[in-house]
Amino acid sequence: MVVGLESWTLARPELFLAAVTALLLIYGVVRGEASTAFVAVSTSAALLVTAVLLFMPYREGTAFASLFIVDRLTTTMKALVLVGAAVTVLMSRAYFEQAKAWRFEYPLLVALATLGMMLMISANDLMALYVGLELQSLALYVVAAFQRDSIRSTEAGVKYFVLGSVASGMLLFGASLIYGFCGGTAFVEISKALIDGKGAEAGVIIGLVFVVAGLAFKVSAVPFHMWTPDVYEGAPTPVTALFAVAPKIAAMSLLVSVLMGPFKPLFAQWQQIIVAASVLSMALGAFAALRQQNIKRLMAYSSIGNVGYILLGLASGSEKGIQAVVFYLAIYLVMTLGVFATILLMKRRGVMVEGIGDLSGLARSHPMMAFALLLFMFSLAGIPPLAGFWGKLYIFMAAVEAKLYWPAVLGVLASVVASYYYLRIVKVMYFDEPAAEALDQPVFGVNRVVAFASAVLVAVFSLAPQPLSVVAAAAAKGLFP
Amino acid sequence: MILQALAFYVFAFVVMASAAMVVVSRNPVYSVLFLILAFFNAAALFVLIGAEFIAMILVIVYVGAVAVLFLFVVMMLDINLTELREGFLKYLPVGALIGLVLLAEILLGLGVIGGGTTSLTGLDKATPQVIAIDNTRAIGRVLYTQYFYLFQVAGLVLLVAMIGAIVLTLRTRPGVRRQRVSEQLYRPKGDAVTVVKVPTRGGV
Repeated sequence: MVVGLESWTLARPELFLAAVTALLLIYGVVRGEASTAFVAVSTSAALLVTAVLLFMPYREGTAFASLFIVDRLTTTMKALVLVGAAVTVLMSRAYFEQAKAWRFEYPLLVALATLGMMLMISANDLMALYVGLELQSLALYVVAAFQRDSIRSTEAGVKYFVLGSVASGMLLFGASLIYGFCGGTAFVEISKALIDGKGAEAGVIIGLVFVVAGLAFKVSAVPFHMWTPDVYEGAPTPVTALFAVAPKIAAMSLLVSVLMGPFKPLFAQWQQIIVAASVLSMALGAFAALRQQNIKRLMAYSSIGNVGYILLGLASGSEKGIQAVVFYLAIYLVMTLGVFATILLMKRRGVMVEGIGDLSGLARSHPMMAFALLLFMFSLAGIPPLAGFWGKLYIFMAAVEAKLYWPAVLGVLASVVASYYYLRIVKVMYFDEPAAEALDQPVFGVNRVVAFASAVLVAVFSLAPQPLSVVAAAAAKGLFP
Repeated sequence: MILQALAFYVFAFVVMASAAMVVVSRNPVYSVLFLILAFFNAAALFVLIGAEFIAMILVIVYVGAVAVLFLFVVMMLDINLTELREGFLKYLPVGALIGLVLLAEILLGLGVIGGGTTSLTGLDKATPQVIAIDNTRAIGRVLYTQYFYLFQVAGLVLLVAMIGAIVLTLRTRPGVRRQRVSEQLYRPKGDAVTVVKVPTRGGV
């Protein structure tokens, strides 16, 4: 069996990204530190070009002996991941320059992590899933510790590495059980073995539980969320922004394609697990964030809560549910990038600050920044008619249609609790006495552009969610032939 | 047949004995050396059951890389084994319990106790016939064709590991003296050698 031309054309975006990364790596090694700005800009450009390549021309099918699959869902998810990664690379310059860690390996590691995410989104086999996941995780462990002179960054890297390895181990253990009981690692074979009747064997279910646990770690769903607040707080802020968007989207896409693909016959079994993880995540995300003083830590809990809502969409297991998941992920991407661009603008006398108290009186000193943050916070809280509200609405509608009444009710209650801490930020900005010394006036730069563009996009999605929901519906349709 | 059985018992005995010595030995360097002996004999056991590929991997990876790494660590770090042993009796009950659980698992799995062996339905499908084709050849047939994609991605994972190791550890320290061979070679004689007139009994 020879790898045919068809395989190469299907994996064209991935090949392009890998080739450009390799060339930029050589360039960086030859030119040294002086090349960092060029490498960073080229990497972002390459990521965006890769996103364009996904659609021009758009193709579907499987490649590399069915280890790799391309369809509407994977293409949409890859586009989201690529945009998230490209923007976070652009946002990182000011932070790393100040931290004296502005080195050319950073954008390249992000590009390789993104490549890993694309491969795991496209996985059509347990082995392909694992190698993609490892490529992603390994690069992310390194970027978490990238600011190696900061003890918190190093701690974040080590913590993420150790816990991530445990999660990978669980995933592998589960995969080996599934292989043993189904007689194959390809998704098609697993699906066939499960439909053929010997479906609900204990071995397969135990394997499934381990695989779901490993993936739940990657999306930081409760009870596998312990690492999230510490890693988000310790990692350099641009890296936190990356963690909050790209790997989440990739791992969620993987979770969707694994559970709705080969394990569809075990829906009744995995639905319970996903509902439990979802409800717990929503509750923890709401309650644990109430007392946070650090805005990065707050965003960590907020992301745990958001994962809970997304999992609820998955748990409904219907086409509507998956559509809601894709829709929510797109909105979540925009809101999170906006919030982190604003966090990166928070400086006092040139030093980054990240306390919520530092925002007090922001509305008077920086009306535009305060308004953008207000928009993001209202949207995250899910206040109608903002974008976040539509996301939650689609999720809850799908859950109710799937007769998940209690989880939907608990989700609504959790989002009421969560709106307290989102609104607290608004209150601090608009009604608290200004701090003794106002934050620096932000200079014109990438972060301002990103914050502005995100705010505009949130406004657009709020007023016209229809086009995005059409795209999400097209992506979800592929899973339901 | 009898020769095979004999070989099995010899190798198995050495594995068990050296594994025991790894734990019992007072000198940590000896422990690592016994570990290497155990690996070699385990590799021989794999050869006996016809899994020559795993045997070679065991020698190359575990003896060649892992055990040597252990040896480095043990020699570089000054580990006091008597301190490590202090809690031995305290942890003995827990260790014994875990051992018993593992033993029970093996016995249950083999069907010695309880009701028969667990049947893995798809197992025969997952592994090719060992008799028909030796396993190195079986892996070679699929590694660069069917699993070409995985092989390539594994290469990328290793690239990330390499970049990561360099990024996190390489530092350019100021004031380090480096050897520059070309400068050394091009140094004119006048810079390096001076002819001194030494008076008799005077010294330099």
